[in-house]
Amino acid sequence: MRRNRSRTLAWTVASILIGALILSSAWLGPARAADPIKIGFGMALTGGLAGNGQGALLAMQIWRDDVNKAGGLLGRPVELVYYDDQTNPATVPGIYTKLLDVDKVDLVVSGYGTNLIAPAMPIVIERKLVFMGLFGLGNNLKLKYPRYFQIAPNGPDPAGSFSEGFFELAAKQNPKPKTLALVGADAEFPQNALVGAREHAKHHGFQVVYDKTYPPNTVDYSPIVRAIKSVNPDIVFVASYPPDSTGMILAAQEVGLEPKMFGGGMVGLHFTSLLTKLGPKLNGIVDYGFWVPEPTMKFPGVDEFLKKYQPAAVKAQVDPLGFYLPPWAYAMMQVLGAAIEGTKGLDQQKLADYIHAHEFSTVVGKVKFGPDGEWAQHQTVTIQFQNIKGSDAEQFRQPGKQVVIWPDKFKSGNLIYPYSAARK
Amino acid sequence: MRGRWLLILAALLLAGAIVVTRTVDNRYVYFAGYGILQYVVLATAWNILGGYTGYVNFGTGGFFALGVYTSVFLIRAVKAPLPVQIVAAGLVAGLLGLGIGYLTLRLRGTFFSISTLALAVVLETIMVNWEYVGGARGTSVIRPAPMVPFDNYPSFLFVVMTLLALGAVATAWLIEHSKIGRGFAAIRDNEEAAECMGVPTLRLKLLATTVSGALMGVAGAPFPYYLTFVDPVSTFNLSYAVNSLAMPMVGGTTSWLGPVIGAILLGTVQQLATVTISSELNLLLVGLVLVAFVVLAPEGILGLVRRLARRGPA
Amino acid sequence: MFSLDLLLNAIVAGVLLGGFYAAVSLGISVTFGLLDVVNIAHPVFVILGAYTAFVLNNAYGLDPLLASLLFVPLFFVIGIGVYQVYYLSFEKKGESSLRGLVFFFGLLFIVEVALLLKFGVDYRLVEAPYIGRSFQIGEVGIAYRLLVPFLVGILMTAAIALFLSRTFYGRAAMGVAQDALALRLMGVDPVRIKTIVFGLGIATASVAGALLIIISPVEPSIGRAYIGRVFAITVLGGLGSIGGTLAAAVILGVAESLTSTFSGPSWSLAVSFGILLLVLAVRPAGLFGR
Repeated sequence: MRRNRSRTLAWTVASILIGALILSSAWLGPARAADPIKIGFGMALTGGLAGNGQGALLAMQIWRDDVNKAGGLLGRPVELVYYDDQTNPATVPGIYTKLLDVDKVDLVVSGYGTNLIAPAMPIVIERKLVFMGLFGLGNNLKLKYPRYFQIAPNGPDPAGSFSEGFFELAAKQNPKPKTLALVGADAEFPQNALVGAREHAKHHGFQVVYDKTYPPNTVDYSPIVRAIKSVNPDIVFVASYPPDSTGMILAAQEVGLEPKMFGGGMVGLHFTSLLTKLGPKLNGIVDYGFWVPEPTMKFPGVDEFLKKYQPAAVKAQVDPLGFYLPPWAYAMMQVLGAAIEGTKGLDQQKLADYIHAHEFSTVVGKVKFGPDGEWAQHQTVTIQFQNIKGSDAEQFRQPGKQVVIWPDKFKSGNLIYPYSAARK
Repeated sequence: MRGRWLLILAALLLAGAIVVTRTVDNRYVYFAGYGILQYVVLATAWNILGGYTGYVNFGTGGFFALGVYTSVFLIRAVKAPLPVQIVAAGLVAGLLGLGIGYLTLRLRGTFFSISTLALAVVLETIMVNWEYVGGARGTSVIRPAPMVPFDNYPSFLFVVMTLLALGAVATAWLIEHSKIGRGFAAIRDNEEAAECMGVPTLRLKLLATTVSGALMGVAGAPFPYYLTFVDPVSTFNLSYAVNSLAMPMVGGTTSWLGPVIGAILLGTVQQLATVTISSELNLLLVGLVLVAFVVLAPEGILGLVRRLARRGPA
Repeated sequence: MFSLDLLLNAIVAGVLLGGFYAAVSLGISVTFGLLDVVNIAHPVFVILGAYTAFVLNNAYGLDPLLASLLFVPLFFVIGIGVYQVYYLSFEKKGESSLRGLVFFFGLLFIVEVALLLKFGVDYRLVEAPYIGRSFQIGEVGIAYRLLVPFLVGILMTAAIALFLSRTFYGRAAMGVAQDALALRLMGVDPVRIKTIVFGLGIATASVAGALLIIISPVEPSIGRAYIGRVFAITVLGGLGSIGGTLAAAVILGVAESLTSTFSGPSWSLAVSFGILLLVLAVRPAGLFGR
């Protein structure tokens, strides 16, 4: 008798749970249709990319506040609806379908990063939505969706743009360096950057004498650096994320690796915490950059944006300098906002046509899109760290520390070559 | 007798799922539902080894990912249809379970657990370095058209996963009500005594790891089409290992019903949390729930229910 | 590319790394090896130790090692607390170790999220005069950043080993895993011994954390990468053998270093675990296990 009774109870519990599940999905029913324009997205607020994701969110919130203070879009206030994608692509479809089917947002934009944009593509394509992608590499290459727009200065050749300046400058030196070592982390961005680097190397005729990758949670980089040193390369190109950027730089210094040119696609070297802790150890390193506080990059509105962003970032415990991703997130919303005002509506087709047809003036300069949604021309710059003294954080707000050395359009200083000369 | 009732219930659930796809237009339900059902399979699979025999597998992520990457490989190489992917994923992951079992099951339980952890790391390293299936950068997958009665792919996958979940639970139920299940229970209670009584413990344990691994691989097979994008971060995620452990613990490990309850409960809570309170509190939730259950209700919800039932009129 | 001094350097780097790994694994060796408690959460306590060292280093410029020593008593107390909960909930009732495992898993997440909420996701580093400098002995270059953790790791291992073999509590700890009843008959409370030993294990996490943040930047979720490593090292070395843990750590460090240098860093982690699987298949007691 007892066994039957407990079984019955178990069944009752199970059915209640299943019933609750069904009921709760009904509760998640349609949100009230109201006055504000709702823009929805997922964003990496936890997990590996959260350092940048949180900064991007802050920038987007500042944009929302700026727009609402000026009267909103089309006379309506703007509301941001967002969820944490935990840097896990598997959460993305659920998030975007909830945003569209339950929260009933008017527009969607992407999260941060190639791998978090990709799972959202089928959903936006199916519903024919305009989709702004933030720092994705080549998400639209295969799909060729006409309503996708990339906000990242990569241009039509995303993988190559990171290192174009690096190799072009290397090739110009006299005598021309001959040998090249390529190294990077087994992760999405570094692998992409290395693909581009290999093509540039072939194009300029550099001989690759070392080409290996390492797992991202490597603890000690000195064996790698020693192996590189043993083949005596003229140029060392590193593609890394923040912990390995730090590890490689420290190891290079300890092992005494001093090629004629050192750097590449090293993420994280723009973050306050690494800038201040590594300090003068960064001198001479050539890296890619998107925006730096050099006089050649004072686009309209960027200083005002940073003045609002920086104090808010300190409070939110995100990177307080905000030079890397935040201006781009702000620019992304500027483009969308301008399109909404320009077409005087929310029709996705009209928005897409408008964005394709116009050039926008944003906090990161003039933005014009190519047919597949990438920027018509890339705007990745190459910078070199110079004259960094001590670990004071204030020096990085001033020009002269992250000098733009390529392209000529934004150049604010010259490459100090070889690498050892910059370290004196 | 009871078996027949359960079969009818299963058929009703499947029919219900199909009906839902024709009536509910809210796509979110399909994606969230897929996620929860996926965990029903994973939790049930884990429990076949962990709950029934007592051997803890920390490498659920590895087996799941193996199923995912088998599918990706087949899609790339021969554009295989979904049913073929599912069967192949099950075979490959099952073989892996057999292999790891053979290597380590003659040892104590904790050594087995640690080797499953090691195995997951080795597998991840291999996948990260295998460019054909995307390597570290991941790879995009294009969905084919859904089968005839369905007009969009997510709802089709939802029904597929319902079928897989029912299949997994059926497997667990069959095992429980058979000689094999009794053998498993004997191993869990006292392996040495079972051996002395002539129970073929090694063979049974190998069976458990094979079936458990196979089901985990099967759970991973539809994943490429679900996400249209596969990369090591999403497939080897630690949350699979944690959840497939937590769900049976919460629901109760001694019966097939436990993992189902745990998966539905924890899975729903997590899905809802992702799109409501969001953020790191999600992880905190899992941690707190885990600790609370393990400390206060070690036999899970089923155990609680049993205790309550016992307190009824004696 | 193969050359003798590259080989030498790789081995030396591996040995230094091994010393650091030993420091991190020491806590597991003690709690799992001696007490049979599968404390999967140990790496997150190491991360906690890294953050406590960071806080003092950032605010007062205090050397991270010194900072971690200041926190050792706190960690000891935390360890005692955790063990009390564990004991009362599981061991006392004679539950299977599965439940204890799950308890620690949950603890891992709780501590990690707490760190996330307090410190955010930014990478943290420490500053110390010896970070970034190195010296040469003939052909071999040695970075202080790795030498210091190595030396501290050796010291910690030696200290724990001495404690276990020379002091009363230590010897009782060695005995408690084997025969708690005999201990009781000698008038020693096994639970008290186990509590102290567990506290000791967590206390080592404070120092290990400082070593971690000296070597590389830290953020809350990197502990997960260490779970596998530390258990692999403990099992490889043999349960119950502190010296074995050190040996295994050095072996793993050298294996990782050699793979990194000569065949490609991508495979170094897989190599370590491959070694573990092999050892388990061939000699499950580990190298020096009883």
